[in-house]
Amino acid sequence: MNRIVAPAGIFLLLVLGACEREERAFRADPIATETEEKIALVPLSPGSGPPVEHRTGKGKEYEDNAYHVAQGKRLYTWFNCNGCHSNGGGGSGPPLMDDRWIYGGQIENIVQTIREGRPNGMPSFRGKVPDDQIWELAAYVRSMSGNVAKDVAPGRNDDMHPRPAENREPDSPPVAGGSIPPSAEMPQ
Amino acid sequence: MPTKNYAGTRYSELAEINTENVKNLQVAFTFSLGVNRGQESSPLVVGGTLYVVSPYPNILYALDLTQPGAPLKWQYNPKAMAASQGVACCDTVNRGPTYADGKIFFNTLDAYTVAVNAETGEELWKTKIGEINMGETMTMAPLVAKDKVLVGISGGEYGVRGFIEALDANTGRSVWKAYSTGPDQDVKIGPSFKPFYDQDKGKDLGVATWPPSAWQQGGGSVWGFVTYDPDQNLIFYGTGNPGPWNPNQRPGDNKWTAGVFARDLDTGEARWYYQWNAHDLHDWDGINENILVDLTWNGQPRKVLVHPDRNGLLYIVDRTTGEVLSANFYHAVNSHTGVDLSTGKVKVVADKYPVQGRVLRGVCPTAPGAKDWSPSAFSHKSGLLYIPHNNLCMDWESMEANYIAGTPYVGAEVRSIPGPGGHMGELSAWDLIQGKEVWTINERFPVWGGVVATAGDLIFYGNMEGWFKAVDARTGEVLWQFKTSSGIIGQPTTYRGPDGKQYVAILSGVGGWAGSIVSGDLDPRDGTAALGFVNAMRDLKNVTTKGGTLYVFKLP
Ligand code: HEC
Repeated sequence: MNRIVAPAGIFLLLVLGACEREERAFRADPIATETEEKIALVPLSPGSGPPVEHRTGKGKEYEDNAYHVAQGKRLYTWFNCNGCHSNGGGGSGPPLMDDRWIYGGQIENIVQTIREGRPNGMPSFRGKVPDDQIWELAAYVRSMSGNVAKDVAPGRNDDMHPRPAENREPDSPPVAGGSIPPSAEMPQ
Repeated sequence: MPTKNYAGTRYSELAEINTENVKNLQVAFTFSLGVNRGQESSPLVVGGTLYVVSPYPNILYALDLTQPGAPLKWQYNPKAMAASQGVACCDTVNRGPTYADGKIFFNTLDAYTVAVNAETGEELWKTKIGEINMGETMTMAPLVAKDKVLVGISGGEYGVRGFIEALDANTGRSVWKAYSTGPDQDVKIGPSFKPFYDQDKGKDLGVATWPPSAWQQGGGSVWGFVTYDPDQNLIFYGTGNPGPWNPNQRPGDNKWTAGVFARDLDTGEARWYYQWNAHDLHDWDGINENILVDLTWNGQPRKVLVHPDRNGLLYIVDRTTGEVLSANFYHAVNSHTGVDLSTGKVKVVADKYPVQGRVLRGVCPTAPGAKDWSPSAFSHKSGLLYIPHNNLCMDWESMEANYIAGTPYVGAEVRSIPGPGGHMGELSAWDLIQGKEVWTINERFPVWGGVVATAGDLIFYGNMEGWFKAVDARTGEVLWQFKTSSGIIGQPTTYRGPDGKQYVAILSGVGGWAGSIVSGDLDPRDGTAALGFVNAMRDLKNVTTKGGTLYVFKLP
């Protein structure tokens, strides 16, 4: 008996492992609540050691899930993000497909950006978009620069082919240093 | 004023610099505006002072021309809201200050009109015109005529409801305001409205030519140059594209977008209107310049306005009635076959109609059109019109757009591509009577800045690589050129300095819709970036970098 169970168990483990990218959370936490991530915007912190951060793990859950990323892609045009950021190359807003981030490129930073808005013209979506959809949007934004697993990222568009598909995007992890915000160019 | 005169001809009587001596032109002085964004503005000279306004944050500088090196006299910072940068579709540009009666007037990106004491730089009044939370910004140069400051709103990519407003030059208070969509009362259409063509007659067409309530976010922004005919006391200006770009979401003619209004300066009442593009299909704003000239047409003297439209046609319109006298192609076009002069309507080619979800390839001209805002000049001496323009086509796909106030309302994916010949810009000299090109200069990139014509038989313009050029007005021969620090998209100015000598001034600093790949650090891998312009402009990053410098030239 044991001899049969062991391979079956391994098989089951494999299947379950593969399932993580496909798991669906139908309606996450009550939509009015917000996750509290402790995240820093700079690598600098006084004294010794890096800045104090604490991630709840929610970010990884969304980034590793193809359903969430696909939903994020749909919401990205639904909420007109593409009007300002195009398909990642940027417009009135900065590009989202490159390795340069003004306000941090971790998924937790991106969630903050979408919720709170940013001073040079990024609208604040708090209260306008449910929290779980903000996470989905952020997970999709991460995929635009190749920062989610290839088997999670969306494939080629059925519509006009604007740019290399997200799942063919070379990984471009955020570069510490980032870019100069437009405000840095402003004379006083 | 940036247009040089009420007629908007951009023709200067100065002739000290001419075809013979222009080759000796040299730099007199330069000045950094401190902002590395698209410099579409025009330097303005009044007496011994040169005024120049930067892109957002819209700082106004006054330089003292009576002193060596033109030192800074003062600067005025309107402290415009940083958030306005997000709702500016096509770089954070400003198209210039204007002067009247001891005051400098200009608009800020966050939608205020300001009047500043021209001597001291002190703010005289500041009037809020629009709301950035609704996607409203301001980029145009005001026109001052009599005691009124005429200003209009930008935001055609954000579902705004476009309008023009007249302010009292002394107080900044609103005198009248006329919308580009909606009921006749809001559009200031009344008994004196006498359009030439039948399709513009009827009640409340600004409502009836739209699906229910779509006119409320129907665009028709007002961001081009306004001209004025004192004899008729009429102003002329164009209205922008209807919103969203996707035409499937707005069946109907979409009045009064993508056309030209003639209005009484004092009351704002519309006199006539003509629609360049009924039910616009391709983001063809009707805001390009309307230059006022008097011509002998078929033996008759006619008062006309001349308008090179985004749709590739150069229109000559009787400015007393709104009748189209001629409309000739100045750009390769395959999306329509020109105007039916009996109805005034453009004949659209059916397979270039953008059905939702279908990718149309090779539509000419592109979304920014045969020519965008870049103003032409008319030389009273050579009798020719000098048109800075594009040579671009595009791929287009319409998609459903959601209207969310303060976010873009576009509904189209676009990729611009070079037009026939592979070059993307041209400067063309055009004979209005013959209706044809006399000479043309091809440029690698769109000619995105303005033109000045002088009595010295010279044409001044710049290209996006950074060359500022003087061209023989009659032959198109380049007689002099100077490489500035960044690409040029600005409007040249020529003036007589306090020393009695002629000078030529231009802003260098690439950007605008065409150059935002450089000024906005966009990613060239996404062809649809900057509403599809990046696809054509990928190489610009290898040719020029950001800038913001005033150059002034003189003879030795
Ligand atoms: C009205 C235009 C506009 C809309 C709509 C918009 N953004 Fe932005 N976004 C901006 C601008 C402008 C900035 C830069 C803000 C700054 O520098 O302060 C920005 C910044 C960002 C950043 C930070 C980039 C960085 O380098 O740190 C992210 C991420 C982002 N936006 C994602 C989104 C998403 C997702 C949406 C849709 C839910 C969206 N944006 C909608 C204009 C917009």
